[in-house]
This record gives sequence, C-alpha cells and structure tokens, in this order.
Amino acid sequence: MADLNVNIGELKFKNPVMTASGTFGYGEEFSDFVDLERIGGIIVKGTTIHKREGNPYPRMAETPSGMLNAVGLQNKGVDYFVKEIYPRIKNINTNIIVNVSGSSIEDYVQTAEIINELVNIPAIELNISCPNVKQGGMTFGVSPVASAKVVKAVRSVYKKTLIVKLTPNVTDVAEIARAVEANGADSVSLINTLLGMAIDVEKQCPVLSTITGGLSGPAVKPIALRMVWQVANAVKIPVIGLGGIMNWKDAVEFLLAGATAIQIGTANFIDPSVTTKVIDGINDYLDRRNYKSVKDIIGALSV
Amino acid sequence: MKKFILDLIVTDNTFLQENFVLLKLTSELPLPEMKPGQFAELRIDGSPTTFLRRPISINFVDRQRNEIWFSIHIIGEGTKWLSLLPIGSKLNVLLPLGNGFSLPETPSDKPLLIGGGIGIAPLLFLGEQLSKQGNKPTFILGARGSNDLLQLEDFSRYGDVYVTTEDASYGEKGFVTQHSILNKVNFDRIYSCGPKPMMIAVAKYAKSKSIFCEVSLDNMMACGVGACLCCVENTKDGHLCVCKEGPVFNINQLLWQI
Repeated sequence: MADLNVNIGELKFKNPVMTASGTFGYGEEFSDFVDLERIGGIIVKGTTIHKREGNPYPRMAETPSGMLNAVGLQNKGVDYFVKEIYPRIKNINTNIIVNVSGSSIEDYVQTAEIINELVNIPAIELNISCPNVKQGGMTFGVSPVASAKVVKAVRSVYKKTLIVKLTPNVTDVAEIARAVEANGADSVSLINTLLGMAIDVEKQCPVLSTITGGLSGPAVKPIALRMVWQVANAVKIPVIGLGGIMNWKDAVEFLLAGATAIQIGTANFIDPSVTTKVIDGINDYLDRRNYKSVKDIIGALSV
Repeated sequence: MKKFILDLIVTDNTFLQENFVLLKLTSELPLPEMKPGQFAELRIDGSPTTFLRRPISINFVDRQRNEIWFSIHIIGEGTKWLSLLPIGSKLNVLLPLGNGFSLPETPSDKPLLIGGGIGIAPLLFLGEQLSKQGNKPTFILGARGSNDLLQLEDFSRYGDVYVTTEDASYGEKGFVTQHSILNKVNFDRIYSCGPKPMMIAVAKYAKSKSIFCEVSLDNMMACGVGACLCCVENTKDGHLCVCKEGPVFNINQLLWQI
C-alpha cells in the first residue's frame, strides 16, 4: 500500500482523488454507491450568494465520448447551504470543499466570507470559469486582469485554502494561472468545460436552450492534459487536474503531467462508484512499480 | 429507498414489434425492492456515438423468476445496442431510481391508466401492483398503429384494456383521450405516461373533471440520481430533477397550460 497523501496549500488529502463540482451533488446522492469517506475530497455543487434557478430545459446533449451541459449554476444559495446542507454533510470524514461562483466580485467575496465561517469546510474552489451564465463566471476567467482582481478580493477575506478553477476557453491558460497565483491562490484546478454546441438536424435548432454549453467527458481529456502540463510548468502552486478522467490510467496521466491531485466529473454519471476504483487503481500502479508515495510520480513525466 | 449498482444477467431479449424489444434481466441475489413508476439507468458499452446510460422505466418485476423487465423502443444507437444483447450476457444497471406512482390508500375500482407509445411500459408494473392491492385498473393504451402495440395480453391480466390507434388498425381510431370509455365511466384516479402532448391532453381531462392525476416524465437525463441537474422540469417549486424528484409528478405541481 503506497502513501497516497498529498497536500494542496496547507490542506492534507488522504489521496489525490476528488469529485468535480456539479457532478457529485453534495455527496449524499452517491452514498448508496460509494464509501464517501474513502474519497480524497468532495467538491460540492457551485454555490452563489443568492438562489439561482439555472437555465431552462433542455440543458444537456450527449455527444461522442462526452456531453454538453448548460445547467447555469442552479443552486439554492449560500444561506440554504449553510442552514440545510452543511449540517448534513459536515461530518463526512473527507475534505468537503465548496465551489463558489458569482456574477460580480462582491458576490464572490460575500459568499467566500460566509463559507469561511464553516469549521468543516477547509477550502473553497473559486469558479471563475462557468461557461453557462451570462454575467460573471467565465467572463472573469478569460482575462488575466479580471481573474487577478476577483482572486485578490476573495483572498483578502478568505483565510483557508483557496483553489481557483480555470477555464480552457482562453488562448494562454498559463498566463491566467500566473495571474491567479500572484494574487494569492493556493492552487489552481483545471479544466472547466469547453464551450461547445449541438444541433438537432430535424428541428434545425440548437439542442440546448442556451445554444452553447460546456463540453465534458473523455472527449476533452487530451486538451485538459495539455493545459495541466502547461500550467504545472508555469506556476509553483499545486495544480489539480480534471477533464475527462474515466479511470486510474487517465488519473495517472494527469499526475505525471504535473497535477498534485485530480478530480473526477462526468465519469460519475457512467459509474457512480468510479472514484474508489480510481483510488485503488492508482495505488496498484504505485505498488506494481515500487513507488512508496504518489508524490513520486507527480510531474515525473520524462520528455 | 436504497439504490444499487448491479451486474444483471440477460435471460431474454425478444422483439415485441419491429422496433421494440422486451429485455428481461435476472440476478443471482434477490432483486431489490422496486415501485411502479421507478426507473433504471442501463449502461451502454462499446458504442462510439453514445456515452451516457439510458434511463428506462421498470416494465415489470417477476418475483417468482427474480426477473426485471424493460420494454424498450429502439430509437438510436444506445437502445439498438440494448436490443442486441445476447442471452447470458451481463448488463450494468443502476436501480431503483426516482419515485413511483402513489397507490390509493383504500382500494378503488376506478383507477385509469393511460399510456401512449413506449410510455405504456411502466403501466404494466403499476397495473399489476394496483390489482394486487385490490384495485380494479382500467387501461387505455394508444399507439400510431397496431404495429406499435405492446404486451396487450399481459395488460389484460390485470384489468380491462381499451386501445386507440391513430390509423384505426386496432381499437378505436384517434387519441387515448378520445376513447369512448371516458364518456361511460367516472374514473377516480388517473395515471399517465407517454408523449408530452398526450400527457397534457390527459392532464386537461383530469383537471376538467377534478380527478387526481399523476404523470411520468422522461426529460433528457444524465446522472439519474439528482446530481447533474440536467433533466429539470419547471414546477411550482422551481426547477426539479425528473430523475430524483420525479419522474412521477402530480399534475397540480407542474406548470403545464392545462
């Protein structure tokens, strides 16, 4: 049994496998299928200062080796999270991380301040990369200046581990990552979904109510891997890799490319117990190759 | 209700009509408790154009043979793949998902089950359970033509069966809501599943007569457990997940123009 512990900032994870925001609910939805306490971290659904109904149906389109979604951050708001959801999940023995989103810098700051007070939430993932909202979200994440601004503002009020989730819908992701690092992020996670589109040829109209949506699943993995590698070479803070990870092999690819930890997203829809299979698979790989710690393979890619 | 991931074994996979199969699965262990109206997510492997599981309603549970049945309309690559599964092969299934229909607290001799197309599938399991609890269900089943009618003998085991077809090839010509039995009997509960325009027509009928009415929706779905929030229906309580808060809804909860 290899040592699977990793650290993101000052926060320790029992293993490098987390669940991606928006694909694992609040963890509870999956408790019949998987032992939640075996997972390194659970990143819960994107949370905003006020309740959001999200985008109209249809919000999803299946695509080759993936899917498009246009949920649009549907959630009941941070106060509901604090009152109703947090008490139910706070004692799950893993790192419960809240994905924080907003339409303005004030939204992000206020939500982060509220989450900062929750003892059993050791980190937030700042979502400056949602492609499915008209205001905020990705509009911050595509600009180094705007990214820097929102991260700086949140850093000034948020005292625990601050992860910033980056969008792949940019020309130079490393530039954004450096801007975020320079303004106090403890870690970056990438990639959020790639902007995509699907058309119903019989109706001759878009499948999604929002016309465009975010592409996820194995279709995006090579792009995600390339960006994680670029960012890991550009910043000193730990990188969390995600995008199309379906099995342990995919996860090991991201670790070799320089990710300190990984997130599993869309794969949860195909196999709700995939997370623990990936943890076991990483461990078997390390044992087979006589590594004592998962840290030994992080960024171990030879080029 | 506890949900399970199971590798089930195909015991039968037979074409009921040209584009419909009845897939029967079994398990070495007793199948979990399931309610009519609930569904399962069937895993599709090895198809390059499909990615997600396919949500399919539970057609019937045969406790004696420890079998679960799925009546499947072949409409794309995923359902085609399911229709080709050989006997003895394994299929990974998540079940039971969602909430079922509400059965009456005291037995009634006037429940009406109205289905159209492949939407009649969950009504067989519902009819059996209603009948088992002492109710006397009546079925109105609609199809485009006689080549789209499924399992009529199975339905007739649990109640009176009335049929409408759009081309008059079987039963009365027209839509389910035009069947003459509706003018003869005062039903006290209506359960419906089928194409949305049909369910809206059923809901209008139920509302006009102030009859309790539940409908089962089949919005496009990914996770099946309420995590991805893709399959939402706009309701009086906002966007609700059809997979988790449904698929069965009382018509009073929906925002349909009825």
